[in-house]
Amino acid sequence: MKILTRMGDSSSVEMTRDELRRDLEEGTEAAATKAKIPPLTENEIDYLDDMFACPSRIWGVERGHEVVMTKDGCVNALNSSRMSSGVVAPVNREVGVRLFESMLGFDSMEVSHNDYSVKPQRFLKALEQLHMELLQETTIFPLLYGFMPNLGLYYRPDGSFENPSDLLPLGKIDEARKTQEAALQACQDDCILMSDCMLEMGADGIDYDTVASTGDAEFLAVLKTTEHVAGKTGLPVEIGMSSEMVLGFHGQLEYDGVRLAGLWPHQQLDLCEKAGTAIFGPVVNTNTRKSTPWNLSRAVTFVKACSEVAKIPIHANVGMGVGGVPMFETPAVDAVTRCSAAMVEIGRCDGL
Amino acid sequence: MRITEAKKYVADKLHVSPLDLSDPHLMRNLREELDIGVVTGVPGVAKGIAAKIKIAELLDIKINSVEQFKKKTGLHA
Repeated sequence: MKILTRMGDSSSVEMTRDELRRDLEEGTEAAATKAKIPPLTENEIDYLDDMFACPSRIWGVERGHEVVMTKDGCVNALNSSRMSSGVVAPVNREVGVRLFESMLGFDSMEVSHNDYSVKPQRFLKALEQLHMELLQETTIFPLLYGFMPNLGLYYRPDGSFENPSDLLPLGKIDEARKTQEAALQACQDDCILMSDCMLEMGADGIDYDTVASTGDAEFLAVLKTTEHVAGKTGLPVEIGMSSEMVLGFHGQLEYDGVRLAGLWPHQQLDLCEKAGTAIFGPVVNTNTRKSTPWNLSRAVTFVKACSEVAKIPIHANVGMGVGGVPMFETPAVDAVTRCSAAMVEIGRCDGL
Repeated sequence: MRITEAKKYVADKLHVSPLDLSDPHLMRNLREELDIGVVTGVPGVAKGIAAKIKIAELLDIKINSVEQFKKKTGLHA
């Protein structure tokens, strides 16, 4: 019997039952070896095996196992371009948020600007505050305010700080580290400014998205910001990561005595909890040259290692190119529903 | 609060089971009965911040948007 599934680039592929089983076993082993965490059990592999072997178009969790959803990128899927899987619908943010609540059935929503990084958003602070204020009066579900810290925008040519990517190839290691330390402070100041002013306007929480996209310096800026926000306001902060491992562009930065470079999801979670995070969103990147069963088995292994030790809710990222989902701007429903269900049933997530 | 604990907390406050929380038939009627907002357009049913004020009271939790609204309107006790 041939099983029809997908590759990590979303193209269809046929596999035998033995090939499927082999990919599931190799996927979990790949994660276990990298992060030094336990692989999935035989029973868990059996669940994934049966799920992928079933020819049904969609998959779902058992009744009673439903979880809640948090969101990133506000209504970009409605009114933005293809880079956010957007359909460029003529819908403004206020209408879009209402549609996400009542028509698309979202449990919560993130309010943010189309230009999703904190650096451009800080110039629109008053507008952002007004929209948060107005939306809180017309919606019922929790509204978080969100942005990407995106430390990369603080470096030349976009920003004023020397770019470590220019310095490192010249062997200027100390200079590259110093510029990251200065830039992370500026990024942290902006993150705190925007978080504080949105919480004053009634935001129910703050969502930092694609955290550590520029490596360990960005992760440190967000951890310190979280410490400030959680400590000062007691309001919830969600940290959604950008990749499975924190890249060490700096290499020596530490938080609470732990070096940030090279941390895997369950280790990132530990520091996020210490900083006062309320929800942690682990990310596991999709390998486009491997099958979806391989990618999902690997992703669920990383996430399960978080869920087993977490004191806070785990909302795994299950979007295009992460969480086992193929890297494609319109991911197929057969892959998305299987990845989502497995993250709950095997990854033991509290949300997505 | 992890999801299982959170579901139990809400279910206990609403006097239903955790399984009931994801039953659209049961919850549709219960939400209208408690006047905490429904997804379809029903005249007279609490909407927006009015529904959130009731939810905060019902679940015995503080909601930041509700707290800020109370401050603005002088409703804070």
